Amino acid sequence: MSDALHAKEVSASELADAHLTRINKIDHRIGAYLTVTSDVARDQALVADATLARGDGGALTGVPMQLKDNMATRGIPTTCASLMLDGFLPPYDATVTQVLAGEGAVLLGKGNMDEYAMGSSNETSAYKPVHNPWELNRVPGGSSGGPAAAVAAGLAAYSLGSDTGGSIRQPASLCGIVGLKPTYGLVSRYGLVAFASSLDQIGPLTRNVEDSALVMNAIAGYDPHDSTSIQADKIDYTAGLTHGVKGLRLGIVPEYLGDGIDPRIADATREAVQQLEALGAEVTEISLPHSRAALAVYYVLAPSECSANLARYDGVKYGYSAQDITGLMPALEATRERGFGTEVKRRMIMGTYALSAGYYDAYYKKAQQVRTLIRHEFDAAFAKVDVLVTPTAPTTAFKLGEIQDPVVMHANDVCTVPANIAGIPGISVPCGFVDGLPVGLQILGAHLNEATILRAAYAYEQTTEWHMQHPNL
Amino acid sequence: MAWHDTLPAAMTELSHDQFLTTDEVRRVATLCRIGLTDNEVERLRGEMESLIAEVSILQAIDTTGVEPTGHAVEEVSTVMRDDTPVPSLPLEDILLNAPRREGDYFRVQAVMDDSGG
Repeated sequence: MSDALHAKEVSASELADAHLTRINKIDHRIGAYLTVTSDVARDQALVADATLARGDGGALTGVPMQLKDNMATRGIPTTCASLMLDGFLPPYDATVTQVLAGEGAVLLGKGNMDEYAMGSSNETSAYKPVHNPWELNRVPGGSSGGPAAAVAAGLAAYSLGSDTGGSIRQPASLCGIVGLKPTYGLVSRYGLVAFASSLDQIGPLTRNVEDSALVMNAIAGYDPHDSTSIQADKIDYTAGLTHGVKGLRLGIVPEYLGDGIDPRIADATREAVQQLEALGAEVTEISLPHSRAALAVYYVLAPSECSANLARYDGVKYGYSAQDITGLMPALEATRERGFGTEVKRRMIMGTYALSAGYYDAYYKKAQQVRTLIRHEFDAAFAKVDVLVTPTAPTTAFKLGEIQDPVVMHANDVCTVPANIAGIPGISVPCGFVDGLPVGLQILGAHLNEATILRAAYAYEQTTEWHMQHPNL
Repeated sequence: MAWHDTLPAAMTELSHDQFLTTDEVRRVATLCRIGLTDNEVERLRGEMESLIAEVSILQAIDTTGVEPTGHAVEEVSTVMRDDTPVPSLPLEDILLNAPRREGDYFRVQAVMDDSGG
């Protein structure tokens, strides 16, 4: 798209209009957008066209994109798909919003999501569910279900999602696209509505690996506004993409291919590993025995952090407010009872329980200790191999309404949460289809080794055609 | 090992079929200021038991002498910014989303009332 823009084969305005027309035509069947920003998109496209006419601009100039609705956009509704933030207009831009605007990006709108990014199916959105473009009666995954569906359905060239326990990679897998969760701290979280601050990370959802690298070039970098931002050197993530995997040390993890994983997905993962081996990668088996405990660690830490982060919603400064109730405490309780959905309330109550007197050591502290063990396990693994290869999700897209039990829903995150626990980067790339539904391959790397996992993902992608297939809409 | 054998001691005083009481659910909901109907309390009690069972596998892992991890990336340490004043956001921008305002202030419910709430 960028090449065509720079070659003047198409203008940014034409691209924006084509996308807005397509959104208007088919998004009522998918639900990938909560807000469509037609006027902003047209204005930004005009500016991009002027930049391109001067022969200026970068890879993202004039390219139409979407932002998940938990990233602050000044004066544009940012709801987190929650009634609590219905109509909320942020007074400032998130750093990623600002950076992409500076690159000449064209904002098409805000992506639907699980409420406050809590969910694995996008069904907890207070507004509407998202339908998987490959089969409309199935979920797109979550919590970045809107971004994944938008990219898969051609409703945006790329989107930014957030990943706390798999919320970029799992929907990318279920929708047949590429999703990258960077190292914790590599992309600024300033202006990302907080869910679990020690786990949250913003990253790109794209149609191919090269686009993922191009978006990373723009959004990765130190930000003084984010106190957990890493002071790493800016690097060009596209530079090493074509260097291949000859001699790359690749670990395959038995714990990710056994119980609870659809055998057909485990087979697709093994076939992908064979493909990478044929391209020159050196494959060894690496055991990560604490992997299964990662899910339990996550479902203590994430609710605990969310119960603290969401304490700010008091109906006073912004957001929903139960004005009909008299008395400070009753009004506060009613505000939070009505403003938050079931899943968010359940997690806050669970988190408060885990942090409360008498249970703190048994749950929160214990989970933090096991987190240390999981980190050490990954450190030891990355002393032996460069990347670890696993399935991204244990199943393909399931049907809307099919999973009601929260514990069963959590199992969707079993392959993705360990990377958040350890703060390492992971990418999901399409690696096949089961019953016509996309399957994703997850490639994990050591801290700040995005370039390595992108290179492995690119090498695999270039010798397969999974990413060239698109849903029929 | 059955999952209920891994529960912390505080819970084993209750029966294995039901180790979380509705009062406990109400107490925790009050701590995080979320109003709940009786039906919701009962539903949450059951769900929380399943969730607690889910995470109780952690109890079986030996963590003797293991330091807890708060943040996964060691490159991140406490950051101090320069003590230089920077302009705040405009007052009107901040008050734009206020559910109730009075002049240049957020309007809140009475903090002191007869019920002592």
